[in-house]
Amino acid sequence: MAELHNYTLNFGPQHPAAHGVLRLILEMDGEVIVRADPHVGLLHRATEKLAEFKPYNQSIPYMDRLDYVSMMCNEHGYVLALEKMLGVEAPIRAQYIRVMFDEITRILNHLMWLGTHALDVGAMTMFLYCFREREDLMDMYEAVSGARMHAAYYRPGGVYRDLPDQMPQYTLSKWKNEGDVKRLNENRQGSLLDFIEDFTNRFPGYVDEYETLLTENRIWRQRTVGIGVVTPERAQQLGFTGPMLRGSGIEWDLRKKQPYEVYDKIDFDIPVGVNGDCYDRYLVRVEEMRQSNRIIKQCIDWLRKNPGPVMLEDHKLAPPKREEMKGDMEALIHHFKLFTEGYTLPAGEVYTAVEHPKGEFGIYLVSDGANKPYRLKIRAPGFPHLASMDEMTRGHMLADVVAVIGTMDIVFGEIDR
Amino acid sequence: MSEYYQNLVERLRDKLGAAVTDSYCRFGEATIVVDKDRLSETCITLRDNPEFAFAELIDLCGVDYSDYGHGSWKGPRFGVSYHLLSIKNNHRLRVKTFTDGEPPMVSSVINIWRAADWFEREAFDLYGIVFEGHPDLRRILTDYGFIGHPFRKDFPLNGHVEMRYDPEKQRVVYQPVSIEARVNQPRVIRDDHRYAGRTTDEGKLNG
Repeated sequence: MAELHNYTLNFGPQHPAAHGVLRLILEMDGEVIVRADPHVGLLHRATEKLAEFKPYNQSIPYMDRLDYVSMMCNEHGYVLALEKMLGVEAPIRAQYIRVMFDEITRILNHLMWLGTHALDVGAMTMFLYCFREREDLMDMYEAVSGARMHAAYYRPGGVYRDLPDQMPQYTLSKWKNEGDVKRLNENRQGSLLDFIEDFTNRFPGYVDEYETLLTENRIWRQRTVGIGVVTPERAQQLGFTGPMLRGSGIEWDLRKKQPYEVYDKIDFDIPVGVNGDCYDRYLVRVEEMRQSNRIIKQCIDWLRKNPGPVMLEDHKLAPPKREEMKGDMEALIHHFKLFTEGYTLPAGEVYTAVEHPKGEFGIYLVSDGANKPYRLKIRAPGFPHLASMDEMTRGHMLADVVAVIGTMDIVFGEIDR
Repeated sequence: MSEYYQNLVERLRDKLGAAVTDSYCRFGEATIVVDKDRLSETCITLRDNPEFAFAELIDLCGVDYSDYGHGSWKGPRFGVSYHLLSIKNNHRLRVKTFTDGEPPMVSSVINIWRAADWFEREAFDLYGIVFEGHPDLRRILTDYGFIGHPFRKDFPLNGHVEMRYDPEKQRVVYQPVSIEARVNQPRVIRDDHRYAGRTTDEGKLNG
């Protein structure tokens, strides 16, 4: 009989389970992975270099495009870095709005993750369910910023504008008849907060639905229990953060341990896994969605009771109102300077981190005192996670690679930058 | 928070001695600058000493200082910044080291923190910093066969080559870039402190 050798398998970059543009070179011994070598960079856009050539505010929209399923959390990290250097703090109402939208974003991200992870492993229905809910969350984004995904809503010194009093409604068209419009507009009669509240009341039921489909599902458990086990020590050694770290049993969440904005005033729990396998990470993320829902509810209550400014009145950072500009020379000059030159930061360096849905999203900003960053480093949470691909899949079967990619919650916008 | 980090910096100086060439605490963050020849031993102390316990390397990146402050930088051209996190003690630290020469060399920390693997490959790819002791220092983000280190300050934003599909050759070809660099907003440094120190002392410039 001929002697059998290891062979290499090229997985991606156009494989549907590769979540974008991952190219994996797998060295196989039969069905077993001997070595996995991910090739990344196919989506590299040099965001960090581009940012060096732009005034600070103009890079905010780039942040949306990093991890394009959790847009506002990326902005949050960047905006916090600017605020730290400037020595300013957003008004309290803006902080609550940020926290609320961070959590909306977290649900948005986890739904995307759950849908695609389940789809990869073979549960088609989940994908449809998750995207049904994402639609409502995207509408919230749209109501507040005008864009369904790339919001550019957070600004240094607050958020771009206050929450709208009227939720936009569907109108009659040749695709939507009167009955459809009425049904779709049912929960859009009031303000944006009413719409969000309606969602938070429905959402726990939806999560129960997902759990009915997956948590006790025999196939799901066979595909995820004991797959990609990471011990707490290895998780730290590999630079894991977020749900990947918590799945391994380490109780670490920046929202609790190094709170930013108003997270210290909000009541929520951190779910933690036990075994550090794909199944535990699934449970952690599902519980996180429920906790996010809790946080959103608390924010809604606070925001209803406390109107106020959402942006600093400091025209060196925030543009003046249009009406002011009509009559006030000073305001006009401020507006002009802000949009042509921008503002300068003091020389120095800062690192700010936020608890992004995927882990710790950090911005390392080096400034030499100019109106543009000298160096901007984006610490993407997915980057060290994907780097551990080899360690997590070694010895597993080919089909488990797909489960491991799913559990890492990879998005190439942030990994390749 | 500031006092805690001030204290941490002092404890680090005591413990690490002459390996630390500079240290400061600004914006509520602690930074130590480490002599590049003594980087490995310092990092092992930082990881293993229970007082510090920096078990996790959060980030590692290169910085090219050649154009810093419109060229007013004195000192080695390249910096490498390590961001460390201790989950046990809930504190952070930035370790910096500087290097020069062509290629610039720094010893690898991959045996201390496994997470350094891809981060070092990235810094090599973008800045050409060679990490001695890294077992697999390949390019990571740029294209296969890319020439140059794109994040260096002397590398133009437009790059040197562009690619397109050539219908005659029936394949993708590289050619020199056809677009011209354009500056919409010039880079300015304002020394009059008009933006600094708005609400807290920490943001204030030295003046």
